[in-house]
Amino acid sequence: MSMIKILDSTGKADPELEPNISKEKLVKMLEYMILVRLLDEKGMRLQRQGRISFSIPSTGQEATQIGAVAALSPEDWIFPAYREPGMAFYRGLPLEDLVNHWFINEKDPQKGRRLPGLFGSKQFRYVNPSAPIGTQIIQAAGAGYAHKYLSENLVDIVFFGDGATSSSDFHSGLNFGAVFKTPTIFFCQNNQWAISVPLSRQTGATSLVDKAQGYGLPGVQVDGNDILAVYNVVKEAVKRAKAGDGPTFIEAVTYRAGPHTSSDDPTRYRPKEELEKWKKLDPISRFEKYLRAKGYITQEGIEEIRSSFDNKLNNLISEAEKLKPPSLKTLFSDVYSELPWHLEEQFNELNALKGRNA
Amino acid sequence: MSELTMVESVCFALDEELGRNSKLVILGEDVGPNGGVFRATQGLLEKHGPKRVLDTPLSENGIIGFAIGMSLMGLTPVAEIQFVDFIYPAFDQLISEAAKFRYRSGGMFTTPMVIRSPYGGGVRGAHYHSQSPEAYFTHTPGLKVVIPSTPYETKGLLTSAMREDDPVIFLEPKRLYRAFKEEVPKGDYTIPLGEARKVRVGGDVTLLAYGAMVHVALEAANIASTNHQIECEVIDLRTLVPLDIKTIEKSVKKTGRMISITEAPKTSGFSAELSALVAERWIEYMEGPIMRVTGYDTPFPLSLEQEYLPTAQRTLETIMKVYNF
Repeated sequence: MSMIKILDSTGKADPELEPNISKEKLVKMLEYMILVRLLDEKGMRLQRQGRISFSIPSTGQEATQIGAVAALSPEDWIFPAYREPGMAFYRGLPLEDLVNHWFINEKDPQKGRRLPGLFGSKQFRYVNPSAPIGTQIIQAAGAGYAHKYLSENLVDIVFFGDGATSSSDFHSGLNFGAVFKTPTIFFCQNNQWAISVPLSRQTGATSLVDKAQGYGLPGVQVDGNDILAVYNVVKEAVKRAKAGDGPTFIEAVTYRAGPHTSSDDPTRYRPKEELEKWKKLDPISRFEKYLRAKGYITQEGIEEIRSSFDNKLNNLISEAEKLKPPSLKTLFSDVYSELPWHLEEQFNELNALKGRNA
Repeated sequence: MSELTMVESVCFALDEELGRNSKLVILGEDVGPNGGVFRATQGLLEKHGPKRVLDTPLSENGIIGFAIGMSLMGLTPVAEIQFVDFIYPAFDQLISEAAKFRYRSGGMFTTPMVIRSPYGGGVRGAHYHSQSPEAYFTHTPGLKVVIPSTPYETKGLLTSAMREDDPVIFLEPKRLYRAFKEEVPKGDYTIPLGEARKVRVGGDVTLLAYGAMVHVALEAANIASTNHQIECEVIDLRTLVPLDIKTIEKSVKKTGRMISITEAPKTSGFSAELSALVAERWIEYMEGPIMRVTGYDTPFPLSLEQEYLPTAQRTLETIMKVYNF
């Protein structure tokens, strides 16, 4: 199977395949790719400075997330792994929510309960992610069943990495999705590495996309650093799903240019030349070249986008850092829909102890 | 009113709730044309149709994960795990997903659902068809755990479970599935979760039990009364999480003696939790040791199953020990 590509490394588009997207939308796509990279830089720096505890970069994988979200309608549901934050911001999730979440403070919508980078938003239909690998794949199939059952004309797209293709939930997800013909898009971000373990230790198959056939699903392999190609394959998968033809498996071939997380040092296991090779295929610079050639953006315009986000983030960070941690009560709330007696008792014990220490 | 067995009562509760809640969907292995290997879903496919009663691929993690997705999008999934002994592949989905969604998302995402499963020994099923793993679930914040003991109780508790906003593990003591019949009313009645039931009144020893062990406790209590003039109070806990601590408190303060009877292995079982709760709170009321009658710390046996399971005789000996302390 050949890989779908539209943009070459100079940013020139294949005229046969080039999607028809408005200038406004194309520029928005670039803006959010730039934002994702900026968030990675900020997050990693704040972590290194000891100001936040954790960071999960997705540098090098901006085209997959933004290309996909641009191809969806805002009502469609996203089940992220954790390297797709740009999808939520593209849909309108306020950056303030992210920054408060980074600092796990009293305004963190998730009440300070998750490692920075693991967030969701019900309003923007971006499901709260897990950390165990692959669990969201079967859940997305079930969600698809619900949309079908409720006669909603919606799709679910679920993201996961190459490592997740080894999980039992990958198998059950594709299997259930195929059996029940759910409107689900299985989007594999094959970024070549699962922390330190290369793709060759995840599969004996020549390529991941071949797995689709075993489930009776159409599979498509796409250049994951080519945002226009990603956009097109997701659009096509949405069309199939909404027509009632069931799931599509997409393998986006990309590269995790950074570490797995702020706790990881890829120089321990990854050859430098590999990174150099992939840097030449950088998804942002390729798309910038394309837009500059079209006359849709200038170098100054690009720098303006960056500095505008940068200023905004700096202000949010200095505000978020001043805020208190969430209230003691939030240690016990949301375990159940109500507070059962044993949790109330445990809260009262802790609260009284705090009172005595004060 | 009609007289039903416990398994018929499960089916009756499902049938009525399918009629009331258009978003309720049943899924599992063999729940469709076969009506479940125990017939707990008999006739439901024919009556409610294939969109609402789904035979799934043979995959427990798949069933629970799929149910979570349904639940996130507003359906009310009721999943059957054919035997609870098969639930372990789904542990990740249960413990790290269903039980954590509300908390980890700051209350944004919830996964109300019921996981029904036959559990427990006494049917010569050996260790893959007999286990009592309730302590894994009671040890997991975010799950509610319900275990009925009679046909009437089953319908009321299962109907409540299907209306909960939290994931509920509903364990059905399979040795009682066809053990006896009882009047089970038609129509909408529920038994609230978190309220225990006093099955027998007595002032000497409190016996705490749930599921099939309620009947073992009762049998022992009746012998103790007839042969030894010792009056036991038997409490059917019904829900392990949330636990009805008030009913336990009243009873142990009155009797000053407490024994729990559970069929799971002894070490770290739910009976240990009951002992600890009573010891921490009301040790000054106790007139004898707080004791447990449980299964042994072995895999579930086959040939010697009756030796493994708590019996009225073992319970009676423990009652005598505590009473004569």
